[in-house]
Amino acid sequence: MKRIYVNEQWCLGCHLCEYECAFANSGMTDMAKALKGKEIHPNIRVEDGTDGIHFAVNCRHCSDPICVRSCIAGALSRTEDGMVQIDKSKCVGCFTCVLVCPYGAIMPDADGHAAQKCELCTRNLCGEPNCVKHCPNRAIVYEDRG
Amino acid sequence: MDMFIYPEYEVVRNPDLCIGCRVCERQCANEVHHYDFDLKKMVADSTKCVNCHRCVCLCPTHALKIVKSQDTYKTNANWENQTINEVYRQAATGGVLLSSMGNPKPFPIYWDKILLNASQVTNPPIDPLREPMETTVYLGRQKCEVVRDGSGKLKNTLAPQLKLNMPIMFSAMSYGSISYNAHEALARAATELGTYYNTGEGGLHKDFYQYGPNTIVQVASGRFGVFKDYLDTGAAIEIKMGQGAKPGIGGHLPGKKISADVSATRMIPQGVDAISPAPHHDIYSIEDLRQLIYSLKESTAYKKPVIVKVAAVHNVAAIASGIARSGADIIAIDGFRGGTGAAPTRIRDNVGIPIELALASVDSRLREEGIRDNVSIVVGGSIRSSADVVKAIALGADACYIATAAVLAMGCHLCRTCNVGKCNWGIATQVPELVKRLNPDVAAERLVNLVTAWNHEIQEIMGGMGINSIEALRGNRLMLRGVGLNETELKILGIRHAGESL
Repeated sequence: MKRIYVNEQWCLGCHLCEYECAFANSGMTDMAKALKGKEIHPNIRVEDGTDGIHFAVNCRHCSDPICVRSCIAGALSRTEDGMVQIDKSKCVGCFTCVLVCPYGAIMPDADGHAAQKCELCTRNLCGEPNCVKHCPNRAIVYEDRG
Repeated sequence: MDMFIYPEYEVVRNPDLCIGCRVCERQCANEVHHYDFDLKKMVADSTKCVNCHRCVCLCPTHALKIVKSQDTYKTNANWENQTINEVYRQAATGGVLLSSMGNPKPFPIYWDKILLNASQVTNPPIDPLREPMETTVYLGRQKCEVVRDGSGKLKNTLAPQLKLNMPIMFSAMSYGSISYNAHEALARAATELGTYYNTGEGGLHKDFYQYGPNTIVQVASGRFGVFKDYLDTGAAIEIKMGQGAKPGIGGHLPGKKISADVSATRMIPQGVDAISPAPHHDIYSIEDLRQLIYSLKESTAYKKPVIVKVAAVHNVAAIASGIARSGADIIAIDGFRGGTGAAPTRIRDNVGIPIELALASVDSRLREEGIRDNVSIVVGGSIRSSADVVKAIALGADACYIATAAVLAMGCHLCRTCNVGKCNWGIATQVPELVKRLNPDVAAERLVNLVTAWNHEIQEIMGGMGINSIEALRGNRLMLRGVGLNETELKILGIRHAGESL
């Protein structure tokens, strides 16, 4: 399946992807209206190293996802083509997934009641991952690498 | 910043649109923007802004724009704001003013005073989408002698040629003046397009030897990075006698741009200024030039064409005549609007002549003397579009060099501060964090797109004229008409005024 991959060689640490992610999942069509004056809760986070290395981290959609195995409520599941998705209506907010994810790619959502994660912009109006679309240096790519 | 000088450009932020994402702050190497935690908003210091538009382009909500400051001294047509500010700047520093990229002054642009012909009724236009349209160009000495071997078969006496899929090459930009990633993008784009890029005078990084078949290697007055392998790797060798942006002036790459890699490539010590002398110290005549041309040919077994690049200066036709007799295969002429990584402002803005006039006079002179076929002519120095390319070829050029357009394609916004070395677009810098902003995958793709688009347009324009081969356009000045040009200009350009028939 196509996954989001990050090439740290080209990641500038501009953090645009975080804002584009938050906007994509805001359900709004105006970015300023969606994000102005608000704290953002993106599914992608740029880690800034001390030696000029930057890396945008989000869900790897693991083939054997430990988060799915650890979910006590059956909220996390793997789709047929391999995307790890979350059904927030089933999530009980135990955050076991947050603790077990080796990448730190699942986090509590804005109101803290359920977990949130990257679903490759399949649940919003973007059609394709918005972080990929707006990465200014093609550091984030959406590719099928088998 | 000089207390006398009000910032020329101002950063304007729309507070309704700014979401405080701080992308502008992270992307500005000049530290214009910062987030004020007390005011809880982004603020900008316009005095540091070079107007490179990096922040404007990356702002996700388009909250930023850069505007020309309306602050003005008392209006004075003779002492304009910039003129006054330059005096203040020199009064404060005592230094020579430095500038980058091409001459921005409002001199006539002859390309824009030349119009192209098209076919109507009596000769049909050609549709390039339906009929073949040849844009392949061969550069090199075209004249050859008929020599037969013992069995009477013709011997190939044609001098070595460069084959270009389109009449456009990337002109010289050295590794040092531009970044590793910019060089890689140019090399990859030239290879994909079937044309050439030029190393400039900074030698060739060992990683780029693989692109040798599409590389023109330059030998300039500083002879940086010149050795046997370098000459052998290139498809052609260019002797740089001059540069359009700074005729009669050498180069000066500041020591801070001489990184370990640049130092190894140029074969000079790290951190030491790289000075290219104004003249080649072994060339004071056409005879001397001939010696260098044949030294280079000898050392590469006469397999590569040699280009001699000169700046367009007043006597360029006579100089070109000498070069055409010196054994050079190609003459490259660089007009006074050509770009540079750094040049003294007064030189850049006041020395040299327009490429259109230089090209026309060189082509005419070589034809008159019957030596036009001795050499191909390549012109550069602000070729801005496919229309400029077509006009240049109709004036007599074989191909064009582009560099400003190429760096624009890679992201340059002509802020003209390359000399500072903090290029926010990762092009004219050696700072690793800035260099990585230019992903060669993206830049090469954009270069290929640009030149491919131009080539399509060249085919369309030629088709409209009823011409199906670039060969038939070359020197075809009847396809050109001048508008608003005086008799002298028309005579030099060798074209008629619009409205004049055959």
